[in-house]
Amino acid sequence: MNPIFSVRDITKFYGNQKGCEGVSFDLYPGEVLGIVGESGSGKSTLLNVISGQLEPDQGDVLFDTRHAGMVSTTAMAEPERRMLARTDWAYVHQNPRDGLRMAVSAGGNIGERLMNIGARHYGDIRETASGWMGRVELDTGRIDDRPSTFSGGMQQRLQIARNLVTGPRLIFMDEPTGGLDLSVQARLLDLLRNLVRELGLAVIIVTHDLAVVRMLAHRVMVMQRGQVVESGLADQVLDDPQHPYSQLLVSSILQV
Amino acid sequence: MFEISGLSKEFHLHHQQAARIKVLEGVNFSVLAGECVALTGESGSGKSTVIRLLYGNYLANQGAIRIGGLNVADAEPREILEMRRITLGYVSQFLRVLPRVPTLSVVAEPMMNAGAGEAESLDKARTLLTRLRIPEQLWSLSPLTFSGGEQQRVNIARGFIHDYPALLLDEPTASLDAVNRATVLDLITEAKGRGAAIIGIFHDQAARDEVCDRSIDISQFAAMA
Ligand SMILES: Nc1ncnc2c1ncn2[C@@H]1O[C@H](COP(=O)(O)OP(=O)(O)OP(=O)(O)O)[C@@H](O)[C@H]1O
Ligand SMILES: Nc1ncnc2c1ncn2[C@@H]1O[C@H](COP(=O)(O)OP(=O)(O)OP(=O)(O)O)[C@@H](O)[C@H]1O
Ligand SMILES: [Mg+2]
Ligand SMILES: [Mg+2]
Repeated sequence: MNPIFSVRDITKFYGNQKGCEGVSFDLYPGEVLGIVGESGSGKSTLLNVISGQLEPDQGDVLFDTRHAGMVSTTAMAEPERRMLARTDWAYVHQNPRDGLRMAVSAGGNIGERLMNIGARHYGDIRETASGWMGRVELDTGRIDDRPSTFSGGMQQRLQIARNLVTGPRLIFMDEPTGGLDLSVQARLLDLLRNLVRELGLAVIIVTHDLAVVRMLAHRVMVMQRGQVVESGLADQVLDDPQHPYSQLLVSSILQV
Repeated sequence: MFEISGLSKEFHLHHQQAARIKVLEGVNFSVLAGECVALTGESGSGKSTVIRLLYGNYLANQGAIRIGGLNVADAEPREILEMRRITLGYVSQFLRVLPRVPTLSVVAEPMMNAGAGEAESLDKARTLLTRLRIPEQLWSLSPLTFSGGEQQRVNIARGFIHDYPALLLDEPTASLDAVNRATVLDLITEAKGRGAAIIGIFHDQAARDEVCDRSIDISQFAAMA
């Protein structure tokens, strides 16, 4: 099997401030990679760079495109990258407000992503949107309601439906369960796990919550001060961490 | 099926006065298909550590752990996950599951992951849960609120639902009453019968005598401090 995504020696500085430095990894289809580390360790910076939202100072990011195989996304023309972001990639924001259009109905939020890739038949779009609301356990009767009338957990599930409707193969998530209370988190994680398995998605998930890693991730990367200090099989890194910083992270002292 | 050679393990606890806990050194043994081998040794000698090293849950410092062609000691994470999916089952001492997932699905999951159909997997899960005397009205609930013995039986059902060619068992009969213990020993005997290689830790001498072909005393591999 070949990787679907390959990150090579990515470095990003904000002026003199280090964002992340020298990060490399491969991701395979169906694999869930967790990125953990303390606040300010460079997780979001890395995610934004590899998802094409920030330009790296150094390094390359390759994606296995449907038509041309492994292609550098950093060298890609902007329209092509935008197309990728609308089809094969998805990005789930921590705050659903950043990933949803709050003034558009729930159904419209899901339908919009389909229309962006050329869907035109209103009835089909509505039917698909309704189907996806069902899959993320949202009441389809609320298809015409705006997300601003939804709870945080419902908004997050809507954001996931909006992202998955185009059948992406790679999903980026930045703290998707942050800000939700525990029972809502558990439900969301359960849902995500099932979707990931059913659809064979490759996922990169940034989180500070090691329970999320244990539940969802196959592999984990531990970041400290912009660098990856340890990476490996998720349960191995959690149960037998090697690096001093990873040991600190998994020791109950820092566990939230 | 299992071929372990020169295996060593120490824990380097960076924050506890940078302690180095040397646990195992030069572990060598093999287990053939159809064989059941007991790991023995006093508490703290490293029996569970061996099991976890073999499962890839702990990282080996040195040596080779060959399980059906894969050297776990230097395998990629996805190779280890593939091995766990198809080849190597593990009944840990305590059940660890996700919230919200009903017992029936918890048990059926490894068989589905190994490629079997949903209906077939659910059928086998029902059969195993029945054999292990988990009352049917509990099947639709998450095992998280079950008693210790019930959780352990769910764990055992998970470990035996797919016909793994190799199995690791960490105290599978602890906290079980006599009838359930007998069922677990039957499951082990059946697995041996279909050619599975089994490594187990059994506190219970009688259980060991009943299902194990031989014992390996882990304290012979104690690391010199
Ligand atoms: N736009 C920016 N301009 C300047 N510095 C930035 C900018 N964004 C991030 N940084 C700095 O880069 C470093 C990494 O930040 P990043 O947001 O990637 O951390 P993080 O690991 O996602 O943290 P958190 O868990 O708090 O979200 C921090 O020192 C941060 O202050
Ligand atoms: N994750 C870990 N971190 C640090 N030390 C560990 C870890 N796991 C095991 N050890 C140490 O390794 C040694 C062997 O432990 P292990 O659990 O393998 O013993 P055991 O033979 O299974 O004992 P028991 O019969 O009591 O279950 C102990 O000293 C233990 O403290
Ligand atoms: Mg962040
Ligand atoms: Mg033990």
